[in-house]
Formats: sequence, structure tokens, C-alpha cells
Amino acid sequence: MNQILDGIVRAFQLILSGDPTVYGAVYRSLLFSGVATILAVLWATPIAMLLGLKDFRGKSIIKGFFTTLIGLPTVALGLFLWLILSKAGPLGFLGLLYTPGAIILGEALLVTPLIVSIATNAVEAVDPEMINLAKTLGASESQASIAVLKEAFNGIIFSNVAGFNRAIAELGVALMVGGNLAGFTDVLTTNISTLTARADFSTAIALAIILLAIVFGINLIIVIAKNPHVLLTLGRMPQ
Amino acid sequence: MTVLAELRNLTQCFGSRIVLENLTLQIQEGEILALLGPNGSGKTTLLKVLAFLLKPKSGEIKFQDETVTDKNSERMRLQSALVFQRTVLFSTSVFNNVSYGLKMRKMPKAVIEEEVRKALKLVKLEGFEKRSAKKLSGGEQQRVALARALVLKTRLLLLDEPTANLDPKNASIIEEVIATVNRELKTTIVMATHNMFQAKAIPHRVALINQGRITEIGTSADIFGRLSRNLASFAAVDNTFAGTARITDAGTTIVDVGNGVQIEAALQKQGETSIFISPQDIILSKNPLTSSARNVFRGRIIQISDLGSLVKLTVDVGKPFVVQITKRSFGEMELNLGSEVFIVFKASSVQAI
Repeated sequence: MNQILDGIVRAFQLILSGDPTVYGAVYRSLLFSGVATILAVLWATPIAMLLGLKDFRGKSIIKGFFTTLIGLPTVALGLFLWLILSKAGPLGFLGLLYTPGAIILGEALLVTPLIVSIATNAVEAVDPEMINLAKTLGASESQASIAVLKEAFNGIIFSNVAGFNRAIAELGVALMVGGNLAGFTDVLTTNISTLTARADFSTAIALAIILLAIVFGINLIIVIAKNPHVLLTLGRMPQ
Repeated sequence: MTVLAELRNLTQCFGSRIVLENLTLQIQEGEILALLGPNGSGKTTLLKVLAFLLKPKSGEIKFQDETVTDKNSERMRLQSALVFQRTVLFSTSVFNNVSYGLKMRKMPKAVIEEEVRKALKLVKLEGFEKRSAKKLSGGEQQRVALARALVLKTRLLLLDEPTANLDPKNASIIEEVIATVNRELKTTIVMATHNMFQAKAIPHRVALINQGRITEIGTSADIFGRLSRNLASFAAVDNTFAGTARITDAGTTIVDVGNGVQIEAALQKQGETSIFISPQDIILSKNPLTSSARNVFRGRIIQISDLGSLVKLTVDVGKPFVVQITKRSFGEMELNLGSEVFIVFKASSVQAI
């Protein structure tokens, strides 16, 4: 219990002191995981639209494949990518290993199955006649797909947020292909791991609290953006 | 009369199932054409083909003398609008729903606002612009869906069972709108229905459709005058019965429709005849009622369908009768599948067809 309290105190100290190591790790966590999520959304959304709207042979196998990959251990994916991106690997010529690019690529691949699965469910939940409705009102094929996306908006956002949460909280990929190089590829999770190994528990707990605060804060912003009246409800709560 | 649209030798399949078979149909400009047939007869598929949403397996579709192909179907779709049987609304305001098609057509904002206002007035939903469409009642939602199609002023308006699942008030509003739009805007309307009395009252022509084929087509007077027995055989036309009539000493008619069911009607009919009793004219009771009604039958509930504010019940008294009651009554009477009930209706409610 004392360690946790020390950790909370240390967290405030680190934030208020503007510690460059901590702020650097926070910045890199947000940057790498944010870009990874955007990349994943870009290729996962069309896949989800296809799986959600079209019927074709093998569809349930593909859906099952993505669902299974949600549980992919991050360290296993990290190892696999390390082998591919290492100098001896087929993509070694890209020189990505132990760079931010490798972490971004790894995290994007990690969260893709999660985003695809949730987004597909969201699209499937849209009324199956929505596409025909949009078309009969004059929409083109692409405009009709946008209409479906809009109806699935809440589910799509949820899939994106879930993807970001998974990316920023993962350790295995960042460690294996990022290398935890100070000031370059270290992020919050790799720092927490390193500090714990060094028995610097109060700082590790502090970083964990900061990571939780970031995840909680971002998710809260999304909730409020979707439902502004939540603020009014909170304001009306008894003193 | 000018032919607006024409289907020639059209066949449509879903997998191995033939839904429309070698169908040929001409739609005259300015008419209201009813497609009358039971559930599963192909009415909805035919409407979707006319809306250029479905490409037929074989056959030809012509619209204003131009053959519809993959290349021009998107352009052709701007000439028609289909209102689905099951109301589908966007998760947004009434205004955004009704204005969607106008926005797709890139109309100016001021024009959109004015046209939406007029369309909502037509369906008696003035002032509903800002309301959330999905929070309206079932009848109001269906009127929004209709306004959304009407606002586009397309050459062809397609309506799939426009008043099914609606209470009489909303059904009446929609029927009035259909007649007004055809009369004043000269919109050609094709409407699918299994409501025989709607098919009799509103359209200029009626096409009977069964198992993907058009079996008869003609004016309402022709169809209902000549083909009453065929109509009565449509399983999905509720409460129509064919039987043998005999006139009683009291001047009424008893029609034996089989299975021990004998219906008394305030008519003069003899011999083979077909009759109809509107579901709205039948009272449902858990106990036998003492009243002036001549027809009282005991039976069991064999089917229950939720229609929003109404509940549709099928009661087997030897023959199946469809009854409509409010959801409130359904709850208060604590009815379930298998419940024993009495159906009661007056002799004057029995109509000959």
C-alpha cells in the first residue's frame, strides 16, 4: 500500500516537474500508438465494410480468422516481426528494426484484428436495407457505403478506441522490435518494465498511473464528444 | 396512355429459387397500379427491380423507352423512389432523413428547406423537422419515410405495403397522401399490397401476382367483378372465405365456410360466394358476450404478431380469423398463444366480394 501511495506522489512530482524522460515517453507512446491506430483503421475499415455488407464464400472463415488473432500474444508478434525485420530477414533492407517505424508497424498489425472484428459487428448491426435505402434515394454505391458507415459510427469509433487502448498498453511488440532505446524508442510500457526490473517501484507505479490517466482521459474525451449532455448530468449531481 | 416503364420476360432468382418468372408488365404514366398477392408472391422483388436496385437474371427493363443497364442504372434510380415495407430511417433528425435524397442531388440549401417543409406538411408532420426520427411512433416513422420519397418528386413512386402494420388513423393519412400525390403531381405509383380493400379503393389498375407470375391484370372493376373466387384463395388476404350461402327466413344469409363455421351476413346471397370480414370489425373477448352481434365463435389463439401499438392475432375457430386489438388490451386481457377466446362480429360487418 505504501508503495502505491509513493507511486501516486511520485507521479504528481514527475508531471509537475516536467521531467523530460517521462514527458518524452508519454509523447512517444501517444505518437507511436496514435499513428499505428490510424494506419490500422485505414486498412481495417474497408475490410470491415466488406465483411459486414457482402456475402461471399469463406466469409465466416475470414471473420473467424480475425477474431482468433485478437488474442495474439504481443511478444509472439514481436518475435515474428523481429525475425522479418532483422538484417537476415526478408524485410531487413528496410532498416526498420529498433526504430519507431517498427513499433508503429507492429502495433498496427497487432490491433488490426480487434478493429476489424468490432467494426464488422458494427456494420452488420446496421439495417441490411440501409444500402438499398440510400441508393433508392439517389446515392451512388460509394455514397451508400458512407451512409452505412455513418449508421455504424458509434461502433466504428468504439473499435478505433479499443484499438488505440490495446496499442498504447502493449509491451511485447514495443520491446522486441523497438529495443527500448532511451529517448528514441522507449515508451511508457517499456519504461515501466525496465523500472520494475530495476526495483524502482515508485517510479514504475508513477508511470503506470500516468498511463492509466492517459487511457482514461482519452476515453473520457471520446464519451463526452459523443454525449455532451453527460457534462450537464455530472454538473447536476448532488454536492 | 404513355408507357412509363416496361418489364419484358423478366426472371429473377435468389440462388436456386425463382422469385419472378418470365414476367411482363407495362406501367402507364400517371396511373396507380396495385400489385396484389400473398406474402412470398414476389411483390417486393418486383418493386426492387422497378427501383433498379436489383438486376434481373434475364429479361429487359425499359424506362421512358430507354433500356436499363449496369451503366445507366445509377442515373435511372434518380427517376424512382421506393418506400420499404419495413420502415428504415437514418439515425438522425426528421429533417436530415427527408432531405437526404435532395442532398444527394446537390440541391441548394434554401430549396431543400422549403421542399422538406412542404413534404412534411403533406404527410401531416409539420414542425417535426428537429425531432429524432427513430423516437417517433411507428405511424409517424412511416410518414417520414413517405415524405422522404415524395420530396424527390420522382416520375415513379414505389410503395411496398404502405399501410401494413399501421393503425387506421395513420393508414388513412397515407392513403390520402397517395391519392393526392397522384392527382395533383401526376406521379405514377406502383404499390404492393395484400389488403384487398385498399387494392379495390385506391388504384386505377390491379395486377394479381402469385408465385412470381402476374396471373391477371386489369382495372379494379374488372378484377374484383370477375375474379372474386381467385381473390378469396389468396391465403394471405386476411378473413376472406369461400363458401355456400343460403338465405334465411329472417332475410339474412348464412354462409357455410367449412369446418363447422357458419357465418351470418346482412346480405342476400345464394349458392357459391366469397365473403370478407375486416379484422377491425371483430371484437375479441375472453368470455361469451351477450350482444346484438349475430356471429359468436369460440376458438384458440394460434398466432400473435406485434404491430407496434396494435397486436394482430390469428384465432382458430375452425377457420382462422385475424383480429386486431390494441397492445394495451392485449396486456390487460393477459392473452397468450393457446388462450381460449371468443370472436364476435355483426352480420353487417360481413362483406361480399
